[in-house]
Order: sequence, then C-alpha cells, then structure tokens
Amino acid sequence: MEVRDKDVMSRITEKVRAGDVRTVARLIRDIDDGMPEVRGTLKELYPYTGNAYIVGITGAPGVGKSTLVDQMLSHLRGQNKTVGVLAVDPTSPFSGGAILGDRVRMQRHSMDEGIFIRSMATRGHFGGLTQSTRSAIDVLDAMGKDYILVETVGVGQDEVDVVKSAHTTIIVVIPGMGDDIQAIKAGILEVGDIFVINKADREGTDKTLNDLRLMIEMSQNKYEEGRWKPPILKAQAVFDKGVAGLLEEIEKHRSYLNKAFGGLHFRKRKDKVREELAGMVKNRLIEDVINKLTETGEFDEAVKSIVEGKMDPYTACDNLVLPKLDFSAK
Amino acid sequence: MVHKRRIRVMVAKPGLDGHDRGARIIARAYRDAGFEVVYSGLHQTPEEIVEAAIQEDVDMIGLSSLAGAHRYLFPRTVELLREKGADDIVVCGGGIIPEEDIPALKEVGIKQVFTPGTPLDVIVKWVEDNVKPR
Repeated sequence: MEVRDKDVMSRITEKVRAGDVRTVARLIRDIDDGMPEVRGTLKELYPYTGNAYIVGITGAPGVGKSTLVDQMLSHLRGQNKTVGVLAVDPTSPFSGGAILGDRVRMQRHSMDEGIFIRSMATRGHFGGLTQSTRSAIDVLDAMGKDYILVETVGVGQDEVDVVKSAHTTIIVVIPGMGDDIQAIKAGILEVGDIFVINKADREGTDKTLNDLRLMIEMSQNKYEEGRWKPPILKAQAVFDKGVAGLLEEIEKHRSYLNKAFGGLHFRKRKDKVREELAGMVKNRLIEDVINKLTETGEFDEAVKSIVEGKMDPYTACDNLVLPKLDFSAK
Repeated sequence: MVHKRRIRVMVAKPGLDGHDRGARIIARAYRDAGFEVVYSGLHQTPEEIVEAAIQEDVDMIGLSSLAGAHRYLFPRTVELLREKGADDIVVCGGGIIPEEDIPALKEVGIKQVFTPGTPLDVIVKWVEDNVKPR
C-alpha cells in the first residue's frame, strides 16, 4: 500500500485547513478514485472535523433541489456563513460515465470564495458512495466551512444512506406526486427531518400536503412530547419563496439536536459511530479481500468451477473466505 | 494495485451564445464513453469557468462557442488557468470556428479545435488519447 510521505501529508493538511481550493479539489478526486494514500490524509484531518453543520437534501429528479440549494446559498451567505456543497448525480450503469448538471443551477455562486461546490457521481465507489461522500464531507469540514449541503437524488439505497451522514435531512417533493409519494421508499420518509413541497403554486399542493402528513405520521415513530415533529413547508424555490422559513426550521432542528444530545456531535454518538465503523470495515474487507483474490486468480478459478458445474457458489465462497479469516493473526 | 481513475471533463458555454444543443450532445457522448462530465450552463464568463474547473478538478475543459467570440474567450480561459496555476488542465474548443482562426488559437494553448461535422467518436477518441487523469 502506498503511503504518503509524512511531509507531503502535513502540507496537504495545512493547505486544506487554509482553504486552498486546488488542494481540496484534488483531495476529493483522490477520495473519489479510491487512492489508498488518501487514508493518511483523512486521519490527519479528522481531528479538525466536527464543526460544520451538515444538511442533506434529497428527493426525486426534477423537484427543484438544486434551485433550492442555490437559494439557500444566498441566504446563508447573507448571514456571513461559509458553505460547502456536494451535489451527487447518478452514474450511468451502462457506461460508468455521468453528466453532473446540478452545478448549472448554482453557478452564480462560483466566484464566491465563501462557497465551494463539488459535483460527485454515484458510481461504483471504492468504499461505496456513502464512504466517499462522508470523506468528502470531512474534507470540507476541515476546510472550515460552517455549513455543508449534500444534495442527492433519493432513489437508491446508497443515496438514502448518504443523508444519514447529515444533521438535518430535508426531503423535497412537488405537488401532485400522489401515488409517487407512496412509491418513495419508506426509508426516506423515516429519515426526513423537514419536508418541503416545492413548486407550491401548482395544483394539488394541499392534497399533497395532507397525503404527506398522513404518510409521515404512519411511518415515523410515535410522536412523543418533546420529540422532533417534522414540519411540512411550502416553497417556490425559483422565486425564493419559503427559503427563509426553511432555514429557520433548520436552525430549530439544530437547537433540538443540541438539547436532545447535549451538544454531542452526532458522529460521536455511539449508534452513529457503530454504523460508520461497520460500513468502513465492510468496505475495506471487500476492497482488500476481493482485490487479493482477483490478483491471485483464485476468484476467477472459483467462477470457472461454478460455471462448469464442478462446485456450488456456497462452497466456493467458503473456500475463498475461510482460509483468509485467521483471527489468531494480529 | 492500480486504481482506475475516471476522466473528468467540463463542457462550458462561455459568453453570450445561447445555443447549447451541441454542447449537450457532446456531453452525452462523453458520458457514454465513461467520462464524468460537469456541465457549466449558459452565459459563463471565463473567470467562472476556470473557478468551477478548479473546484471540480477536471482534466479538460471543452469550450463551446457558436457566436464568434472565441478569439477572446478561448485565450482568456487559458490565460486564467495559467494565472491560477492550473494550466495542466487541457483546453479544447468547438463550435462555429473559422479554419483560419485555428492556428492562432492553438498557439495560445488551445490543444484542439473540433469544427462542425466532426464525428463524435473521433472527438471521444481524441480525448481518450490526449487527456489523462492528472
């Protein structure tokens, strides 16, 4: 495994903390591409994370997430806050390429030094989308951003998982979604802290609001006194309507989290740490083990055996994995 | 263990030119070739394009111009990249660009110019051969 020179790592860390755009951009690229030497840098940067407030924004394509983020950026900058944005778009399952177009809606902010916008594709990340995004969030956090907005298309499990890395998660829908709301994965409805009906000038807004309220009440845990009750807001992002209200609700949620968890940063909470570490270990195992097995040719041999009918996949799997699991080794 | 890096390309529309069908078609061709394409949107200044290109850590910027302002916009983009120490990003141009303008553009650092009618697979192949992830 390639290890970065200690000096090189510290230089990178310094530059990230100083807010150097090129260094941050290159680092996120390395994270994206799964370069092993990134680990050293991430370890160095970790102590400097934990300051940014992370907001996840998810919803079906076309509901106006990017437009909403664009307006949120203006408001936050008006409050003199610095912001990092990660805009995640789907990778084509056929070609492995991606068109990352969220930036188009936010380009007016590209010259603002207080804002860093980065487009990411979902692709077959080493470590999974969640890991890549989480690491990118860490970098923006260490860079000193006050807020980090993570925008994803909430159609895959991965994208749902990404928003678990956020303090506050916003689900955006549009009026008339009706049956489409039913189709929204239950997982998404459960992770939503704030719901926004965008394009609320359209017909069907009130019906959507009622449908949503019903669905939320059914899928969320029972409402207890003092527990956060997800509000449903109306907005027209394109006209900057409802955005100020949204930011207010985010701040309310932030206060709620502070009170409920005694100000403990959510990534230090036991359940979150457990989840994150398990994910990391799992992905690391996949990365290291499958790579090794591919290198030695064992994997391809196993595939051949199964294809030729000489072995069943369960036995093949045992043969591949069990010898590698030697817990007596340190 | 060699990790496969993906080529990241920015397709940009500098200036007042409002026609981006060509740019979108190229973007799609790049996506189908497995690249990650960041599209800048219309009416970008060279400053905005360069800033975005740096934040997105792209390997190449493809500038599309159909309105005749390429002789200012393209060199200006190269100049800004140099000023920001990002001149390892390859810059190409495409659109309505007279043949006689091309040598001058290449001289200031535009690596290649693709005029109308160039087959998409020729363009994609050129990028694959000449643009390496940095």
